[in-house]
Amino acid sequence: MTFFDIFQQHEWETTQASIYAKTAADVERTLAKQGKRDLEDFKALISPAAQPYLEQMAVLSRQLTQKRFGKTLQLYIPLYLSNECTNSCVYCGFRHENETTRITLNEAQTLREATVIQQMGFEHLLLVTGEHPRQNGPDYLKKMLKLLRPMFAQISLEVAPMKTEEYQSLVDEGAYAVYVYQETYNAGRYAGYHPRGKKANMQFRLETGDRCGEAGMRKIGLGCLLGLEDWRTDSFFTALHLNYLEKRWWQSRFSVSFPRIRPFEGSFEPNSIVTDADLLQLICAYRIFNEEVEIALSTRERPAFRDNLVQLGVTTMSAGSRTDPGGYTENNKELEQFAISDDRDPETFTTMVRSKGYEVVWKDWDMCLQTR
Amino acid sequence: MEPLIIQGREFSSRLFTGSGKFSSNQVMEEAVLASQSELVTVALKRIDMHNENDDMIAHLKHPHLHLLPNTSGVRTAKEAIFAAQLAREALGTNWLKLEIHPDPKYLLADGEETLAACRELAKDGFIVLPYIQADPVLCKKLEDAGAAAVMPLGAPIGTNMGLQTRDFLRIIIEQSTVPVVVDAGIGAPSHAAEAMELGADAVLVNTAIAVSENPVAMAHAFRLAVEAGRIAYEARLAPRLDKADASSPLTSFLYNL
Repeated sequence: MTFFDIFQQHEWETTQASIYAKTAADVERTLAKQGKRDLEDFKALISPAAQPYLEQMAVLSRQLTQKRFGKTLQLYIPLYLSNECTNSCVYCGFRHENETTRITLNEAQTLREATVIQQMGFEHLLLVTGEHPRQNGPDYLKKMLKLLRPMFAQISLEVAPMKTEEYQSLVDEGAYAVYVYQETYNAGRYAGYHPRGKKANMQFRLETGDRCGEAGMRKIGLGCLLGLEDWRTDSFFTALHLNYLEKRWWQSRFSVSFPRIRPFEGSFEPNSIVTDADLLQLICAYRIFNEEVEIALSTRERPAFRDNLVQLGVTTMSAGSRTDPGGYTENNKELEQFAISDDRDPETFTTMVRSKGYEVVWKDWDMCLQTR
Repeated sequence: MEPLIIQGREFSSRLFTGSGKFSSNQVMEEAVLASQSELVTVALKRIDMHNENDDMIAHLKHPHLHLLPNTSGVRTAKEAIFAAQLAREALGTNWLKLEIHPDPKYLLADGEETLAACRELAKDGFIVLPYIQADPVLCKKLEDAGAAAVMPLGAPIGTNMGLQTRDFLRIIIEQSTVPVVVDAGIGAPSHAAEAMELGADAVLVNTAIAVSENPVAMAHAFRLAVEAGRIAYEARLAPRLDKADASSPLTSFLYNL
């Protein structure tokens, strides 16, 4: 069994209708509930009926987050290794059809980038690539992990989905986590967003979490791209996915992220607008639904928004990010996957976090804990 | 109050503390000092073992404070042993809080792997304090495997739910020949006092102090509660009676015969 089997038991339209049918009484019952909340509770929390309860949700979310994670915020930084991509995702700056310079960093270039990152104080690194099996596939990533492993405490990947054996080989080289966002769980619309390339295979993508779990990946990151389809319905499916994976791959930990569509090269306009209040509601809903899941928020979001979310459910943030390969040594805006909204340097960012009464955690892993 | 002795080392405080989840390392240091704890557990994953100026370690440098490195994050005995050996070398202590929880959600210990690792590490000269379920049989097996103390949970880590395992803790305390440290789940000073009254040798508290509004004051409160509970235990609590003394004693007929 994989998530695909679970997925097929849920239809988009009826799921959507059931979320929008939730009432104030459902929300109140969920908020008053003792013990763990379930998927029906999650529907109530993300429903329009919960909007008037946002303050209560925020209070609860903060309390639950502090209990589990303390007054701390973990920091990571992405390292974009390659923008070469054979996919045609209509919303992405790296899409194959975009006529831009294509770069895949070699070892020397990667080391230069990594050194700059290290000097900023980062211990948790996220490697990012497009999907180009020849240029940035498993063999390339293995090489990069070998190179970077001695320099960082934790290395995670946001790269193209792979086979289980390929993931296993990356775990052996020190990979800690894989982030794979489904983008949308709307089967009727998925093909329209991903017309060509390997990513057009929706089932293979839906089963990625299962393959990561089987390979022994320590953390699996989920999410959908907010702005494609109705965010409530897509988020329900993400929660369904999370719920299934947690039970099936019980030795992995999980994280959810909330990429909201931002302007980029190629100007894709979001189909569904996710407001700041919506995103806050969603983050609080996740925390109330799942007390243990890690919640990440990237520099796609504006400083004023991020600053306030430090206390409300988010556990992990990036800072000082560049989304163009080579960007830490020489920023090239043309090559960016998306524009950064929060361009504060790590020092300014950590000062802000501390001013909120939170400790910045640079290191929460050690390569010595994952023996080969 | 009798001192606590673990593997020949004497502790005048029976409150062990954790170093995670605090709003800053400065607050952590102040809270640890206020607790008068002499043993502080530190997650290997949170510190840079090879950096002498690691900020967390720097805040724990006090003559009365001993570090108890923990292996939080490992999933198997093999991983735990490897990490423990590196920690011993880098930190210069053979004390170890052995934590093997392959389940990242509730962080519940894997008894089988913990027992295997404890056996190896004790043989290798480590002073092993294993974190485990409140399982009386496992505790006896860990003793046999060379554990210096056992650390059964009151409730899952970070839950603040108190002594949910009370009846099993009672059995563990009754049977143990090594110190019993109730770890995890202690959410209020009253829980800590209760554990001490039951006869636990010590308790370990982290979340309840770190996440409170005032960690320094809360650390102080826990110190008092642990002392009160221990003194009460040593003074031997008066028995708890189900009802007041029977007004017509069952044996009074003897005098009327």
